[in-house]
Amino acid sequence: MSEVGTESNPLRVAIVGAGPTGFYAAEQLFKQKEYSVQVDMYERLPTPFGLVRYGVAPDHQKIKSVTKLFDRTAKKPGFRFFGNVEIGKDVSVADLRDYYHQIVYTTGAQTDRSLGIPGENLARSHAATEFVAWYNGHPDFRDCQFDLSVERAAVIGVGNVAVDVCRILCRTPEELATTDIADYALEALRESNIKEVYMLGRRGPAQAAFTTPEIKELGQLEDADVWVPPEEAELDALSQEMLAESADRATTRKVEIIQSYAKEPPDPKSRRLILRFLVSPVEFIGDEEGGVRAMKLVKNELYKTDAGTLRPRHLDEHETLPVDLVFRSIGYRGVRLPGVPFKDSWGVILNEEGRVMDPETGEPVRGEYTAGWIKRGATGVIGTNKPDAAETVEAMMQDMAKGAILEPAHPKREAAERMVDEKQPQRFTYDDWLKLDEMEVARGEEQGRPRVKFTSVEEMLDALDRG
Amino acid sequence: MKLMRILATKTGDVITVHPEQQIREAVRLLSEHNIGALVVVDAAGKPVGIISERDIVRRAADNEGVLAEQVRDIMTRRVIIGMPQDDLYSVINTMTEKRFRHLPIMDEGRLIGIISIGDVLKAQRDAYQGEIDTLETQIMADEA
Repeated sequence: MSEVGTESNPLRVAIVGAGPTGFYAAEQLFKQKEYSVQVDMYERLPTPFGLVRYGVAPDHQKIKSVTKLFDRTAKKPGFRFFGNVEIGKDVSVADLRDYYHQIVYTTGAQTDRSLGIPGENLARSHAATEFVAWYNGHPDFRDCQFDLSVERAAVIGVGNVAVDVCRILCRTPEELATTDIADYALEALRESNIKEVYMLGRRGPAQAAFTTPEIKELGQLEDADVWVPPEEAELDALSQEMLAESADRATTRKVEIIQSYAKEPPDPKSRRLILRFLVSPVEFIGDEEGGVRAMKLVKNELYKTDAGTLRPRHLDEHETLPVDLVFRSIGYRGVRLPGVPFKDSWGVILNEEGRVMDPETGEPVRGEYTAGWIKRGATGVIGTNKPDAAETVEAMMQDMAKGAILEPAHPKREAAERMVDEKQPQRFTYDDWLKLDEMEVARGEEQGRPRVKFTSVEEMLDALDRG
Repeated sequence: MKLMRILATKTGDVITVHPEQQIREAVRLLSEHNIGALVVVDAAGKPVGIISERDIVRRAADNEGVLAEQVRDIMTRRVIIGMPQDDLYSVINTMTEKRFRHLPIMDEGRLIGIISIGDVLKAQRDAYQGEIDTLETQIMADEA
């Protein structure tokens, strides 16, 4: 047989996870000219795009336009999509090693980090990720229940996901009705009684992770005011000094916007979003039925680490904040994939610049790679995963040049397809997705919405007449 | 962004030397691992200093016999230690202001890594590149 990487014997790559990073990795693989490459992309869900479809907020459609670039990659002749095929369940990592020269794990960060405080698991305390997946119509989360009959909710965390959750809770049904929010979520939010939403940050305004456009948008909600207690909008001395020294204009602008919210609105709207800074929840307090009714908060001050970071430190000042619904949004972590070395403490695959590492030998695991959030942790915007994927693909090509690839028993393209068909007959192709996409968009057009999503695998199979 | 995100893709061991080792050994380690600095640790593995290629070159200008000297004679004793929770941008400022290029990282009392100015710049470049890319995509969507 001819050498691997040639026209007649292409380098066969499996990508696990069809989120942005999976597509960026595929794009990089097709872009290099050294070797002839074929990519099979495996995805647990029937549909591609991961968090672009199920994470990015429904009222942020522009961000979702990145899928046009992914479509272009999917059109490459060497590309195939195996949707509704879960690695570790339908197909094992050991199977992949039998069919591919290289494997790239781009499974992302699927779960939330926990706070580790008493009462965290009371009823009406949820991971923000679950709420986000629910309102976005994720098949695994469509049956989740959120009690929106209460009046006071809190979101713990000040990242962009926390902002998304606050915004969705504060939008009017009319505002939401023009988005691609899941129909059931739209109905539930239409009945929402939420009047007050708190967003809690443990550090100050200058350290908040949300970005400036996101915080500015909160001031433009149709029927909700945003307010921050004036004393918490003020920067402490350390933050002031740091901001002055670093001349960081983006942060200065962000702080200015936050401070502009410290005024009481002249004409109160129906809902109120309250940003709180320098507070940490230390306990959730439950009612007789085991549901959250309040949170005990501790006040923080900032101190400077040796390396110059301002970190929070608890003071001996507490308050009780009555809230009946809580969303935890303090960061995300990846989920261990059976058979792949994992660093539990950080929730990432053990890797060295994208090469999966064997913890026993300290050497790279031949032919296995990782990129995106499961490689470095949940951070950055969608586009940040592009340079990240490029780094991984560079490592893959270096190893390929050295011949350090797997030697699969079945390297033929048709063999992989037969294997998948055998293990998961209900798999989805990219053409299936394009048909679903077209149908969703058509359903949306009737209602003046970008799309109306199919939210279960059965629905999708039915729509394709495969039910 | 936290330093943890840089450390996540650097799982290799931290290369260390002991204060009583000779400079020639330090030079060999620097060259062998293609790095710019070594963390100096005591017998218990606790960092007591840092020695960089710059420290050695400067000493060599005064003393051609530098290779036979001990690490402790040259190392910087007042070493700034970072932690995985440190913010990338604060660290960039600190490294720029205080003019040092290597930051050993400790977590729960253990030396877990070393971050160089190169690592930090790469992370910053990738973060900016990613933001630009995302913004561009959105602007293009507006025009479409």
